[in-house]
Amino acid sequence: MIGVGKIKQYTNVLDRPLSKGKQEVSLSAFAFLFSELVQYNQTQVDNIAELERRLEDAGYAVGARVLELLCHREKGNRRETRLLGILSFIHSTVWKVLFGKVADSLEKGTEHEDEYMISEKELLLNRFISIPKDMGAFNCGAFVAGIVKGVLDNAGFPAVVTAHFVPVDGQQRPRTTILIKFAEEVLQREARLG
Amino acid sequence: MAAIYSLYIINKSGGLIFYKDYGSAGRMDTNDSLRLASLWHSMHAISQQLSPVSGCSGIELLQADTFDLHCFQSLTGTKFFVVCEPGTLHMESLLKHIYELYTDYVLKNPFYEMEMPIRCELFDINLAQAVQKDRVALLGR
Repeated sequence: MIGVGKIKQYTNVLDRPLSKGKQEVSLSAFAFLFSELVQYNQTQVDNIAELERRLEDAGYAVGARVLELLCHREKGNRRETRLLGILSFIHSTVWKVLFGKVADSLEKGTEHEDEYMISEKELLLNRFISIPKDMGAFNCGAFVAGIVKGVLDNAGFPAVVTAHFVPVDGQQRPRTTILIKFAEEVLQREARLG
Repeated sequence: MAAIYSLYIINKSGGLIFYKDYGSAGRMDTNDSLRLASLWHSMHAISQQLSPVSGCSGIELLQADTFDLHCFQSLTGTKFFVVCEPGTLHMESLLKHIYELYTDYVLKNPFYEMEMPIRCELFDINLAQAVQKDRVALLGR
């Protein structure tokens, strides 16, 4: 449908502007696709840690691409170079494009200087997913953790990113927290930049 | 006072994959519920064969002195049925809603194996809400 009703018609796909295009895809289609991704990876592994790692890897590739695209589309080919800048870029810009909303919260870890947390009351990925009891603390949010890691790594902020369920008082369902632990060099650089 | 006594979901080969008891009346043990589910599956199939009307899709409502049984069959052959108080209304829409919950929280869950018993936390939570809402609507009348 691209180009229909528009004044200018682009015959070559490479000539088209990198427009926003249609913003949304069907949630059901995505849910089935993601479900299939998880099921496929489940057949390829023999423990949960391995499954988590594979989901993270799948997300990493998405993150790398999303960073490239959004820097061009939203930021006029500029990329964040400061720690808080890149974190709020993920929290608002990336989240909005991927999930249609800004993430619920972005916090600094209280115990460690190098830890930051992005929390989501109900992660879009987990909307239809119930984790069986025997899988323990496994969280399909590992895929999102991978996306965040992909963005950070490629922006020059190497970090270890993990997804966790955190129980909330008075709520039946736990929320998902994406825990970001930056590499030492990142913090040293930040300190130097002042 | 419960209008709905129990809910069953059976797979296309007649195996019980979900059973939930709501009332205190007519409580059944696991074996009985399994038996009832496969019995209903067969009766449903026989009724399709026996029906004088061509293209019959099977029993939708069974009325007895002490209960009504409403049944809904999806296109893939999964059957949902509720046993409820005689004369309870809006059961068709409740069954449709339960079917919707099934497609969302069971079929889109990567950890659910097709045709196997349903053990999904989210399905349980949302189902409880749906039934609760139905009861509130009933009390409001």
